[in-house]
Amino acid sequence: MLIVKNLNKSFGPFKAVSNFNLTIGREEFICLVGPDGAGKSTTLRILAGLEKPDSGEIELFGKKVVTFTSGLRTRIGYLPQNFSLYGDLTVEENLKFFAGLYGQHSPEELIKSLLEFTRLGPFKDRQADQLSGGMKQKLSLACTLVHQPELILLDEPTTGVDPVSRRDFWQILFSLQREGKSILMTTPYLDEAERATRVALMNQGQLLAFDTPEKLIASLPGKVLELVSPESRVIYQHLKTDRAFLDVQLRGDRVDFLVSKEYQEEILKKSLVDKNLSWEDLAEISPSLENVFIYLLKKENPGRENGDINGIGSHS
Amino acid sequence: MESAVIVENLTRKFGHFVAVDHISFSIPRGQVFGFLGANGAGKSTTIRMLCGLLKPTSGQAIVAGYDIYHQSEEIKKVIGYMSQKFSLYRDLKVKENLEFFARVYGLDNKKFKSRVAELEEKIGLSGKEELITGKLPVGWRQRLALACAILHQPEIIFLDEPTGGVDPLARRQFWDLIYDLSSEGKTIFVTTHYLDEAEYCQEIKIMHAGRIIAEGSPAQIKKRYFPEKLFELVTAEPLRIYNWLKEQPEIEQISLFGKKLHLLISSDQVKQIQERWNGLGIGRFDLRPIVPTLEDVFIRRLEEAGGEKGK
Repeated sequence: MLIVKNLNKSFGPFKAVSNFNLTIGREEFICLVGPDGAGKSTTLRILAGLEKPDSGEIELFGKKVVTFTSGLRTRIGYLPQNFSLYGDLTVEENLKFFAGLYGQHSPEELIKSLLEFTRLGPFKDRQADQLSGGMKQKLSLACTLVHQPELILLDEPTTGVDPVSRRDFWQILFSLQREGKSILMTTPYLDEAERATRVALMNQGQLLAFDTPEKLIASLPGKVLELVSPESRVIYQHLKTDRAFLDVQLRGDRVDFLVSKEYQEEILKKSLVDKNLSWEDLAEISPSLENVFIYLLKKENPGRENGDINGIGSHS
Repeated sequence: MESAVIVENLTRKFGHFVAVDHISFSIPRGQVFGFLGANGAGKSTTIRMLCGLLKPTSGQAIVAGYDIYHQSEEIKKVIGYMSQKFSLYRDLKVKENLEFFARVYGLDNKKFKSRVAELEEKIGLSGKEELITGKLPVGWRQRLALACAILHQPEIIFLDEPTGGVDPLARRQFWDLIYDLSSEGKTIFVTTHYLDEAEYCQEIKIMHAGRIIAEGSPAQIKKRYFPEKLFELVTAEPLRIYNWLKEQPEIEQISLFGKKLHLLISSDQVKQIQERWNGLGIGRFDLRPIVPTLEDVFIRRLEEAGGEKGK
């Protein structure tokens, strides 16, 4: 469906995308994850034909892309971060407008099915400005589907959308996937990315890792111990720089320790007892993509942990 | 423990619409408190009342020792507010933003200088004073926004979706700062609908339709409202297994996430379900236990609360 080889793109001295490779098969749902400024949006814009790469090869639908012809474009749907709906048009009028743009002359059937599909039917006469954030996103998605694209590119479609609408949005994407569409979507949420068929982790224009969530998690050279304690913060302060841990993270009443697979819980318990610290619960939990991502980022940028986040995502 | 915020039966109506419906809670000084809910749940209305910007219809609230009905001017001096969305002037330099907020809060020159030096050290903005705010990476902008919100040394800091949409590493560094402030005794009041952000709070209240529908620490909330086991199943044929599983009496809840299924069943019934499927001779599947996320809890409570309301 899509093969990207050695893609490069610079803006002046800033290398936005650097030797980037990616493949997407039919019915695949891929999440592209990375810090702010990692190059996710630029990559998507290149694949939508809106930005010319400096070098690299793109193969789409089995053919090498020389230029993004209009024939090619109609097979791609692209939802940018700031998609503009017409606020004073109704839901249905927006859909008609976008269908017209793509030269769909009698789009009634299609619009009906899109309204049903996105469950926006009951709101079809409402002005787009009067919709909630989640519904606006659904309408924007519907507008990028009017020409029935095979490859769907979505740039952070769920940012700022509340959890209920977010789930709803995902269910729509899953049904598109089951219909045979391929989806490439960027997201800052790693919990969300765990639902994708494969996840691409991107940093400073480069691909750090690309695999199924299960394999990425399995690649983590360690296990995660979670400690629940009312003294979580004191424990974190005491142990965050302890070299026995690959990573320590405080979250509310819990402290997560990334340790080597051989690490014995007893060592941790003993050091807590020695320091007169108490806990309620200590158990191994399944690692998350966030553990993987942070582990890889720290490996790439050891300096970043000391509060030095300069340069990450900075265009200046 | 000393309370930074005490709320009793706080209620606000707009015409017939009850935005906040008799809510009560208290926040001990120094706590990182998370206030969650979808859009329209009543979060902003509650905060506007607590900041002295909106009069309640009924009920009581004391913020940092001041009564919200009669002492709103005092309250404004002891609270700080930061929102990721619109708190900074992007075309001003870092130091100009700090100066602007210092003026707003009425800091004199001497105090401003010592406070800025202190904050630059603490928040790590030294050497960045001359940079244009809009050109900073998001992680830096957040720190600056926080510095601006706490220039006047507020007792209670309101954070509105402080790290929504930010990458995990920058987010973690931001929360380390928040935990430092809380260790100094500052009370942190976070509102968000990002549930991964809520995981960082010590105590959480989930609001829906003007009421509090779940409360506790993140670990407690998961245990209390999600006592059963959640299992995940990965399969090449999700629809087929989904349709079959849906009919099995042991399955309490099932959701389809692409090629994955999430099932809610009690652990002792997992085996019999697996055996029944394997007996059909179509293939095998494996279930692995997963920890419910706050999002799972949130959506479940919302469905339950919706049901209660419908009765």
